[in-house]
Amino acid sequence: MKLAISAEGNSIEARVDARFGRCEYFAITSEDKEQWEFISNPGVSAGGGAGIHTAQELVNRKVECVLTGRIGPNAMAVLQAAGIKVYTGASGTVREAFEQYNNGLLALSTTANAVPHEGMGKGRK
Amino acid sequence: MFIAIASGKGGTGKTTIATSLALAIKEQYKVQYIDCDVEEPNGHIFLKPEFTHKESVTVQIPQINLSKCTFCGRCADICAFHALVVLPGDVLSFAELCHSCGGCMYFCPEKAISPAEQEIGWIEGGLADGIEFIQGRLKIGVAVSPPLIQAVKNKRLPGAAVIADVSPGTSCPVIKAVEGADFCILVTESTPFGLHDLELAFGMIQELKVPGGVVINRSDGKDEDVERFCKEKGIPLLMKFPLSREIAVNYAKGLPLLSVHPQWKGKLISLWEKCERMGRN
Repeated sequence: MKLAISAEGNSIEARVDARFGRCEYFAITSEDKEQWEFISNPGVSAGGGAGIHTAQELVNRKVECVLTGRIGPNAMAVLQAAGIKVYTGASGTVREAFEQYNNGLLALSTTANAVPHEGMGKGRK
Repeated sequence: MFIAIASGKGGTGKTTIATSLALAIKEQYKVQYIDCDVEEPNGHIFLKPEFTHKESVTVQIPQINLSKCTFCGRCADICAFHALVVLPGDVLSFAELCHSCGGCMYFCPEKAISPAEQEIGWIEGGLADGIEFIQGRLKIGVAVSPPLIQAVKNKRLPGAAVIADVSPGTSCPVIKAVEGADFCILVTESTPFGLHDLELAFGMIQELKVPGGVVINRSDGKDEDVERFCKEKGIPLLMKFPLSREIAVNYAKGLPLLSVHPQWKGKLISLWEKCERMGRN
């Protein structure tokens, strides 16, 4: 299973980016054979529809599972339609989030836990 | 003559001035009032038109023929607004993000995308005591208002004195309403917030190459900062309205400024004449 974690930097020691649609990077690995690849998120610079754009990118890369902090309704709709599993509430570093997932500590979500545009302005409120 | 009344900051008095300006000049001119603030049109509260016609306004959104689609992803690739997502075996369309550019239909190599009409709002019109009144009303839940604003503007009567009430800010709906105007009145108030947004609004009309001038509303006599800005930029200060509790009380009752304070009529007529002289026509 190919798994993607939203991240603030391009290493497994980088912090998990709580924002899905406007995260800086994705750390991608196979669940069975840990081998990390880091990609810049094209959605970070989208004028609008960032979550949708980001989700399309993960669909194109044949990702099957996403770990993130918060995700909005449009992005969730795309991932659900594509059959991609979404686990929310990930925190700490990429490595820690991967461990949280492996230890069953993250919640499988089917609905959004963020409002549209929440990730604008680095997620500050 | 087409004059847009904009502001930058909200609540400065655009509608107060637009409605009273329309009332002031209606004996000399054939006046048409167009409410381009389609998210919350409120000119009707003051001018009280009798609405006699209503029409639906639609935009075209993509409709995917899945039996022709090869899921190549070209439509999602070229959509600047990310309104389309291509999955293996399905295409999702987010109509609320679509700007109806038609790009997806144009570029689809299989010609699998056709236009479908989607209603975004309505145009309502009628007469208000001799004033031709038109307003747009955006359907609840619709995010993209410029096509409706354009449809309202398409109703402009040739040769009429057209007064457009515009929404606040400097974003797409405002730009759509102000573009092509012969003159733009920027209504402000003498607060730091009013001045800040006036600066943005002035920058906008400069970009649009629409000549403009400033009206200070709720002037408390301490207008130095706005006056200095106008002087520096060479933008005419057209008129001031005083800070007055009485004006506010009557506004809240839905009474136009001019019906309560007829003494402003002469000054409003000369405001219109100034705009005409400085305007593009």
